[in-house]
Amino acid sequence: MILVFCELKDGQIRKPSAEALSEGRRLADASGKKVGALFAGASCAGAAEAAKFGADVILTAEGATLASYSSDAFAQLLADAVKAKGATVLLAAATAVGKDVLPRAAARLGAGYASDVTGLSMADGKLQAVRPVYAGKAFATTTFSSAVQTATTRPNVFPAAEKAGAGAVETLAAPAGDFKSVVKEILAKAGGKVDLSEANVIVSGGRGMKDGANFKILEELADALGGVVGASRAAVDAGWGLPHSMQVGQTGKVVSPTLYIACGISGAIQHIAGMSGSKFIVAINKDPEAPIFKLANYGIVGDLFEVVPELTKAAKAMGIGQN
Amino acid sequence: MKILVALKQVPDTETKIKVAADGKSLDPADVKWITSPYDEYALEEAIRLKEGKGAEVVALSVGGDTAKDVLKNALALGADSAVLLKGDGQGDAFAVAQMIAAYAKDKGFDLILCGNKGLGGDNAAMGPMLAELLGIAQANVIVKLELGEGTFKAEREIEGGSEIVEGALPAVITAQKGLNEPRYASLKGIMAAKKKTIEELDAAAVTAGAQVSALALPPERPAGRLLQGDAAQQAQALLQALKDEAKVF
Ligand SMILES: Cc1cc2nc3c(=O)[nH]c(=O)nc-3n(C[C@H](O)[C@H](O)[C@@H](O)COP(=O)(O)OP(=O)(O)OC[C@H]3O[C@@H](n4cnc5c(N)ncnc54)[C@H](O)[C@@H]3O)c2cc1C
Ligand SMILES: Cc1cc2nc3c(=O)[nH]c(=O)nc-3n(C[C@H](O)[C@H](O)[C@H](O)COP(=O)(O)OP(=O)(O)OC[C@H]3O[C@@H](n4cnc5c(N)ncnc54)[C@H](O)[C@@H]3O)c2cc1C
Repeated sequence: MILVFCELKDGQIRKPSAEALSEGRRLADASGKKVGALFAGASCAGAAEAAKFGADVILTAEGATLASYSSDAFAQLLADAVKAKGATVLLAAATAVGKDVLPRAAARLGAGYASDVTGLSMADGKLQAVRPVYAGKAFATTTFSSAVQTATTRPNVFPAAEKAGAGAVETLAAPAGDFKSVVKEILAKAGGKVDLSEANVIVSGGRGMKDGANFKILEELADALGGVVGASRAAVDAGWGLPHSMQVGQTGKVVSPTLYIACGISGAIQHIAGMSGSKFIVAINKDPEAPIFKLANYGIVGDLFEVVPELTKAAKAMGIGQN
Repeated sequence: MKILVALKQVPDTETKIKVAADGKSLDPADVKWITSPYDEYALEEAIRLKEGKGAEVVALSVGGDTAKDVLKNALALGADSAVLLKGDGQGDAFAVAQMIAAYAKDKGFDLILCGNKGLGGDNAAMGPMLAELLGIAQANVIVKLELGEGTFKAEREIEGGSEIVEGALPAVITAQKGLNEPRYASLKGIMAAKKKTIEELDAAAVTAGAQVSALALPPERPAGRLLQGDAAQQAQALLQALKDEAKVF
């Protein structure tokens, strides 16, 4: 079996989890295996949706002890489920929780782990993963020598394809409690907007924005395109009041949107490290020699303060982002 | 209190990546090696705890002879002692975790500080694996850390915000940018470090879980296209191209 740990948000499967589950389904089809989706929490209402993304079996662990995330409790739950089901592959999305729990579960299982992968394949029951390394300047193919093989999938890379699965529900016992560490409080929740790492369209601003208040024109463009706003480190560090959570790059978020629009960003290697996985890159910069143009599918040499409002206007006129 | 800091030597980001003749490793020629930046936050936090509450700080790296530079630097910054676990430079995060676990298990460390990810390798895995192998608590991607009596409280970055993790010591804590501002080594520190020796041990024999079977440069991105005209025309042409050619919308 291929077991996929899935996260719920407001009673729905999180998009990165749906992507991981769909990828699990594809691997299972290629290797004649079954797919299990594993959920854990105070309530697993909404888990049934996993059948839509190809789950043959839906495993749910519900209980008060699972209301708050605990690395050791969740790792134990995952490892126990792998053993109980005889699973040979364990996947999760490379989210904050996925990246926290999978390596711990892997160590518990004596399993190899590939993090934040952008490609997976399976031959003769052996998983093979491709992942970017060295700031996206190279790709490493990872193979496993352990019996159980584990990986986290980078959000926005694998399509979440609907494919009906049997979706037979089985319940797992929730652990008793007395965990080594537990989340006590969530400090700031995204104000309704999707996180950068999950966004389909990102409009990013750099030092060329000149001031934090000018990010308003990026917000307007992002809204028109159905996207969110990011920033370079130079912008975040400039004291313009932009939070570090907006930063894209080596020391910020690694993003893989369908469309990345870089406005007033030169394209330093550390910035590229965070966005070179974008499917389409647009650069808007007044300097035709800016390195970002080497990466861009489409470039506009010009003043962003003129171009960005025109883009917003044109996007609204064309009705983009409305569907 | 006894603190272990795991420091990894990594290629500088500016390094031009060349694949070695074996087709699966980095060509080490012309590589400038540095301490992984997140590990610098880990070390700084340990030194601040030492200055604040008093602690013994042990710096550790798994690697070859060149990794001694990382440890010398750690000693200059204020680590009390340094250990090099020597290996052939092969192996995954799980192999490294087993080596460090074998070293640390009977030494009574109250706190193990790591980077949240090793620059370049980016697995973000060694810390949580080590915590599991030692059977202790973990908290990853930490931007704020407070210690109590046998307990810790840490702020961890998550999507769209942060969360507070509480747990029992001993624990593995992995550092994120924002935890602190690492200091530079003082001349006094550098001189003092010269008198200290690096303990060299053979790393425990372990079995890796995964290996890199091929390393390849990314495919060249197709040459881009510059959009012409005034701002309004450029905007129109861009959206049209994104719609018709790229099919983004
Ligand atoms: C004996 C041996 C020597 C190696 N020597 C090197 C080397 O010199 N340079 C290199 O690039 N790779 C080396 N490797 C490979 C590399 O360390 C592993 O692939 C693995 O650690 C994954 O790297 P990562 O950066 O993705 O780890 P991550 O899981 O992202 O690392 C997270 C954190 O774990 C700690 N950590 C990770 N690796 C080490 C380490 N080797 N020593 C101390 N702390 C560590 C650091 O605090 C790091 O911030 C070596 C492996 C072995 C088994
Ligand atoms: C260890 C380390 C980690 C780092 N991590 C990150 C990271 O995670 N993310 C990151 O982004 N950086 C990171 N950096 C910093 C990186 O090296 C660059 O300094 C940074 O990315 C530059 O940001 P920028 O492109 O916004 O600014 P600049 O390089 O100053 O570029 C500004 C651009 O705006 C253009 N411009 C100015 N005005 C206009 C206008 N009116 N219209 C159009 N264009 C205009 C200019 O032509 C220029 O190209 C890191 C650096 C180090 C050393």
